[in-house]
Amino acid sequence: MPLLEVKNLQVRVEDREILHGLSLTVNKGEVHAIMGPNGSGKSTLSHVIAGRPDYEVTGGQILFKGEDLLEMAPDERAAKGVFLAFQYPVEIPGVATMNFLRTALNAQRKARGESEFSTPDFLKKVRDVAKSLNVPQDMLKRGVNVGFSGGEKKRNEILQMALFEPSLCILDEMDSGLDIDALRIAADGVNALRSPDRAMVVITHYQRLLNYIVPDFVHVMSKGRVVKSGDKELALELEASGYTQFEDAA
Amino acid sequence: MNVALAKTETGRPLSDSFAVARDRLPGAGKIADIRQRAFEAYERAGLPHRRIEDWKYTDLRALMREVLPLAPLPDAAGLSRAGAALKLHAIKGVRRLVLVDGVFAPKLSDTGGTEKGLTIRSLSKVLEAGNNPLQAELFAADDSNPMVALNSAMATDGLVIEVADGTRLTQPLHIVHVASGGTPAAMFTRSLLRLGRDTGATLIESHIGAESAKAYQAYNCLIVSIGDNARLDHVRLIEDGRDAFNISSAAVTLGAHAHLNAFGMTTGANVSRYQITITFAGEGSRVETNGVNLINGRQHADTTLFADHAVPNCSSREVFRAVVDDRAHSVFQGRIVVRPGAQKTDAKMMTRALLLSDDAEADNKPELEIFADDVTCGHGATTGALDKSLLFYLRARGLSEKEAQALLIQAFVGEAIESIANDDLRELAISAAQRWLEARG
Repeated sequence: MPLLEVKNLQVRVEDREILHGLSLTVNKGEVHAIMGPNGSGKSTLSHVIAGRPDYEVTGGQILFKGEDLLEMAPDERAAKGVFLAFQYPVEIPGVATMNFLRTALNAQRKARGESEFSTPDFLKKVRDVAKSLNVPQDMLKRGVNVGFSGGEKKRNEILQMALFEPSLCILDEMDSGLDIDALRIAADGVNALRSPDRAMVVITHYQRLLNYIVPDFVHVMSKGRVVKSGDKELALELEASGYTQFEDAA
Repeated sequence: MNVALAKTETGRPLSDSFAVARDRLPGAGKIADIRQRAFEAYERAGLPHRRIEDWKYTDLRALMREVLPLAPLPDAAGLSRAGAALKLHAIKGVRRLVLVDGVFAPKLSDTGGTEKGLTIRSLSKVLEAGNNPLQAELFAADDSNPMVALNSAMATDGLVIEVADGTRLTQPLHIVHVASGGTPAAMFTRSLLRLGRDTGATLIESHIGAESAKAYQAYNCLIVSIGDNARLDHVRLIEDGRDAFNISSAAVTLGAHAHLNAFGMTTGANVSRYQITITFAGEGSRVETNGVNLINGRQHADTTLFADHAVPNCSSREVFRAVVDDRAHSVFQGRIVVRPGAQKTDAKMMTRALLLSDDAEADNKPELEIFADDVTCGHGATTGALDKSLLFYLRARGLSEKEAQALLIQAFVGEAIESIANDDLRELAISAAQRWLEARG
């Protein structure tokens, strides 16, 4: 059974249809890159999979481990193993990062019928993960993402990914706003999480990110559909020729 | 026409009640005269209504309709119900002083072993002790406010607490107002806290009701004087029963280089109003008065504050947060007056309301009246809903809708709670907020 199956998905935001019958199959252990020009629906796809409420699914389905994902609330999806690394992680003043991480981790564990982490176990786990990602302790003491640089926000997303151990990671424009050093740190963090039990969907506008996170499959999206799929060579081809050919084709 | 009618309806049974209660009310001679005049002042005004500017958002005629008759003295069963309620609201390490149905209950209170420099008496003792300079202070409150006047007329008991010059109390004082849950009735209390020079004290006030206490009415009036170089840490927790009415007033006067750090949280009562007047009488003093309303159902909670900068070089800060769910209604009115000559006044007020439902209502009314030219004053008010993008982020991380809301609500009220200087008091406020969030489900 595939980990994720998106079948003929149609999605509206307000009165505009953004996805017009998108299909995508992702198996365990695979890394898929979704590329495409601005406005092609890449971010919409990632938000619909995570369960953002402002989107209306008018057709098609999304199966996750064979279950109907669209029937689940966003928190149920998270507990089942869906993780979206946000393009623009929000700042939450007044909510300490540690408190947030702990509440989220324990909420997911509780939903899965697992025992909650004790304080010492939790602290140790966070410290280990933070250390491996080069996240300073000071960052964990502040409000969630408050005053973080672009790179710090992305590292905080990857820290959560490492902590929650999801089976599907969707990385939405992880490279936006990052300089080359920050990008390398973030990509190293992601690569460390690659595993035969976990799949990743990397959404990006630029080929650059894929030099660091090398995908097994590349899909090109245009105007709300996947218009071409291939291996990592497709990304290089796109870098050379641009998206225009697909915009015409779509 | 309607007003006259309403006044007759509300005024008449009460004046009977006053006539009946008179013999029970402590204080003869001058005190009785003061009470008589205060009652007449109240009768002329009647229950405040929306056409009086100060009561525009809290129309007691519509919300409360009438003042109930005075509560009888609590009997043994009442005291035992009050005792059970006290257990649920016990705070460790404090000196507890309990008023049941408006009457001091020594058996439920910690009366022994008072620290040196601390004197605690009941109001009735002080009023019956004949001429006492404290009596003037006790009745110095502004009877032009009808609800203060009513309290002056009807106060049955209360606490008179004096802290002698140079005394810094180590043990917090905890005044608990309990409604014992007999027939719905009104209880009127008046207390005085007098801090001498170079003193320090912590006062916690709780308003609670026994489990069986329903639509009772609690009317309290607190008079505080903070001497030169003295400091008061004050926390008020309104956790009255959901059918109860709580109309309370406070008048605080600060000497020179004095400090008041005050915080109020309202989670209980059907209708509540807290009107506090702060008067700066000496230079170099500062005040923080912050508050949080956490209300739902059809609750109505009003905080009306008046900071009177009568002298130069003082500062005041008000941070107020309201979280309003269902059809509840929160009111914050804050007026800062800077008198002529009160230069170098530094006054800031910020009030924010969070509406959790379409039917929730919050009225924020900050006012500044500045009659001096070298001051720093400011105010701000906002009202809004929980940020959807924050909620989605938290839910995408596994938090349920209620959990995500709870985390954001805690953060929202946190800013006001963080301002509580004393660690133990801050914890107290945090746990009161948590109780509310948990009860929300």
